[in-house]
Amino acid sequence: MKKLALGLAAATAFTLVLSGCGTDDGSGSDDGSDKGSITIGIKYDQPGLGIMQGNAPKGFDVSVAQYVAQQLGYEVGDIQWKESISANRETMLETKEVDLIFATYSITDERKQRVAFAGPYLVAGQDLLVLSDNNDITGPESLDGKKLCSVQGSTPAARIKEQYSAGVDLVEFQTYSECMDALIGGQIDALTTDDSILAGFAAQEAYQGKVKLVGQPFSQEFYGVGLPKDNPKVSCTDVNKALTEMFNSGEWKKALDANLGSYGPNPQYNDPSPKLDACA
Amino acid sequence: MGDFFGQFGELLAKYDVLHAFWVNIELTFWAGLISLILGTLVCLMRISPVSSMRLAATWFVNIFRDTPLTIIMVVLVLGVWTQLKIQFSNDLATNFFWLAVAGLGLYHASFVAEAIRSGVNTVPVGQAEAARAIGLSFLPAARMIILPQAFRGAVAPLGNTLIALIKNTTVAAAAGVATETSSLMKTMIEFNSSMVFAIFGTFAIGFVVIVVPVGLATTALSRKLAVPR
Repeated sequence: MKKLALGLAAATAFTLVLSGCGTDDGSGSDDGSDKGSITIGIKYDQPGLGIMQGNAPKGFDVSVAQYVAQQLGYEVGDIQWKESISANRETMLETKEVDLIFATYSITDERKQRVAFAGPYLVAGQDLLVLSDNNDITGPESLDGKKLCSVQGSTPAARIKEQYSAGVDLVEFQTYSECMDALIGGQIDALTTDDSILAGFAAQEAYQGKVKLVGQPFSQEFYGVGLPKDNPKVSCTDVNKALTEMFNSGEWKKALDANLGSYGPNPQYNDPSPKLDACA
Repeated sequence: MGDFFGQFGELLAKYDVLHAFWVNIELTFWAGLISLILGTLVCLMRISPVSSMRLAATWFVNIFRDTPLTIIMVVLVLGVWTQLKIQFSNDLATNFFWLAVAGLGLYHASFVAEAIRSGVNTVPVGQAEAARAIGLSFLPAARMIILPQAFRGAVAPLGNTLIALIKNTTVAAAAGVATETSSLMKTMIEFNSSMVFAIFGTFAIGFVVIVVPVGLATTALSRKLAVPR
């Protein structure tokens, strides 16, 4: 028993040491005086939004990031891309591993405790993707007895469990690609997440004509540009200025059409362009 | 620091952490049972006098021991469930639970078989010869003479396999079991990203609390049950 108590004490002490490292994050002295390069975090596995094909990033997030970087005075060639998976985004900004993040990054109060946001540059909403010959699923209310797929630890999965779980049979995989395979294979009835992500999958060559968006978004996800809270390399105001320029010049709409096919974001929030939040 | 401990309280109040650990324990129980039975059979085949059985058992061990568990899980989901449309249940949660149990059971059966075989190797050849001399054929000799001694000699490696299994149950997330700990951890990071250290701490301590007693018990048992020679 003594040994057990000792082991537990050691384990607890270890976690305390870990937490000690985490709380007092040193604020790096990054003054960014020379316009050398800028590091931008994107998704590498989200077709239509941010995907790395060989060395060339592609997608709507990437187009917006490139436009903003250019407006801030950087060449497209000076952008260093980094993969920022969902769980790591806050940490990457805090440790200054990246200067900006454009990675389907929803603005939430919880995240604002650790990072700052510019934008939003797109207001997506949770929607459903079904096979193109499916006419029974018309929205979240028509999911009774249906098999639904989403991704573990994601907001859409949690929303389904909280609000629509009664009659829905939900499975959560680790990636949306697995859900797509199961949808095409006929093992599930619908895939749910942000409509922008669904549109990205639907616009892929392999799935064209086989799947369709239901088109009844039942949430609002405000995609923002993630910035470090302390000493950001570029300021939130400058990013917002660049975004405004992108909306007004029509480049924003062009980027949307080029990357997400026929996708039209919820007109209630995106017409003619999303409304920017004031910088904190 | 007080604030840090407060985060643990907040997380435990908001999320059903105990239920998530319970799912891992259920997975451990069923996968452990299956791998113990299957592993014993495979070990029997490996020491049997029939060469085709020995060959089949060797192949089983080499395939499942040397394939990463995540890949076994993904093959079960994308190959067996999506493509072959083989399912354990029409209810998705039940289906993926048993799919994960099957994957964990197959993978760990290969380790159990090897652990028992190491136990068989602690049994002196004279025991098998004596069993043969009194007229026992392979199966009765294995059942009454060899395996009882082999299991007593294999307690420590079997315990190690059990500990590995407990921790590997988190890989069930790859097979769509989203109620277990690693998936709950992802959910917590998504919604409470300002408390990552408390989140990691919760699960690290949870697993230590489960695994340390198992380790102590197997060490004690392996001493107590060892056949003195």
